[in-house]
Amino acid sequence: MQVPANFEYAKATTVEEALALLARHGDEARVVAGGHSLIPMMKLRLARPEALIDINDVAELSRIRVEGDALCVGALVRHAELLGSAVAGEHFPILHDAERVIADPVVRNRGTVGGSLCQADPSEDLSAAFAALRATAVIKGPDGERTVPVREFHTGPYETVVEAGELLTEVRVPIRPGGSSAYVKVERRAGDWPLAAAGAVLRLADGRIAEAGIGLTAVRAEHFFAAEAEDALRGAVPSEELFAEAGRIAAAHCDPGSDQRGPADYKRHLAGELTIRALRRAYERCMP
Amino acid sequence: MNITVTVNGRPYTRDVEPRLLLVHFLRDELDLTGTHWGCDTSNCGACVVWLDEVPVKSCTVLAVMASGKEVRTVEGLERDGELDPVQQGFTECHGLQCGFCTPGMLMTSRWLLDRSPDPSEAEIREAVSGQICRCTGYENIVRSVRWAAEHSSREVAQ
Repeated sequence: MQVPANFEYAKATTVEEALALLARHGDEARVVAGGHSLIPMMKLRLARPEALIDINDVAELSRIRVEGDALCVGALVRHAELLGSAVAGEHFPILHDAERVIADPVVRNRGTVGGSLCQADPSEDLSAAFAALRATAVIKGPDGERTVPVREFHTGPYETVVEAGELLTEVRVPIRPGGSSAYVKVERRAGDWPLAAAGAVLRLADGRIAEAGIGLTAVRAEHFFAAEAEDALRGAVPSEELFAEAGRIAAAHCDPGSDQRGPADYKRHLAGELTIRALRRAYERCMP
Repeated sequence: MNITVTVNGRPYTRDVEPRLLLVHFLRDELDLTGTHWGCDTSNCGACVVWLDEVPVKSCTVLAVMASGKEVRTVEGLERDGELDPVQQGFTECHGLQCGFCTPGMLMTSRWLLDRSPDPSEAEIREAVSGQICRCTGYENIVRSVRWAAEHSSREVAQ
């Protein structure tokens, strides 16, 4: 039987309360929401927090809304809620593509957007999707609120810029006209982590690519995006040849390792091929 | 710590350690052993129960998280001695062999039918894709859910 070690437990109902509890319990406290990464890690003693601050009842973190020119996704939004959100899917089909292949429907009922980002698993899907979208993370702490681009949010495997005493509260995605997006993943079986996955975000203007975002996961792309491939796309006229070139560059600039999911050369091949497929689908979706 | 969890409509108050998992709370504290404890890693889905009307894997939920909330388990499916149509469907269509995955399959299937009363085979397969039948009896599980869909709608029609 796998059971976590002992810990103190406290339930917050507001962000202020969560921050006060984090301050009281200090460095060894962890925030828990869906718990679908943290609780398994605690069972295996890979994580051993002295206190858990439960934010499942912090209703203000559960909202998805459009504010100004951004889609705001609360940190406590469940994967199933993001997948079911018409406004999220309308503006960012990449988010629905990704959510459809994250874990399984029952896990998606519990796991959260903020938890996925803060877990910072190097194979996590939303990290790549939000990196491709150039989203911004909103973090609250004892000194107030700060924002960090998702592209600077992860500082390494399982590490983020969120410090002890702080709470990720929201992810903001800029809404820009004239574009679309897509996410493509290869996994060994339903609900598994990806061997590799790619997200593409395109914005077109006057027949050219005004802005491109390429997110990659599970292939050790730095900060979950492919900067060199984006550079090759920006300003160019979309074509199959261009997408193939972007795929080649994305594959060359990631650094996958071999593991039980597959050999490095296969993952590198996937990084390129999935970049092409994601670009193709995003481009098709740009067409009226 | 002291928690009160409403399970199948009845409130239960117990003093538990925060580390107690919901699946063990149900089985060991409340003797509701219909919910099965399987892989312990949220992969197999044998432990699926509803938490506030939504199916969750109870091996990855702390009992304290369920305090003040409503849990529905497989024991809560039958009404007045009548099996739920999904239970009846699993009986009619040989939807179980060893039966270990069945409670979780039933809870997810009931939820699917509540939201989508006439699901396609693909919808059913997607709905139970986070649950493993180690007897590999998936064909009959899908048929059982379809049976429940067809017979539930007939009852409504009558």
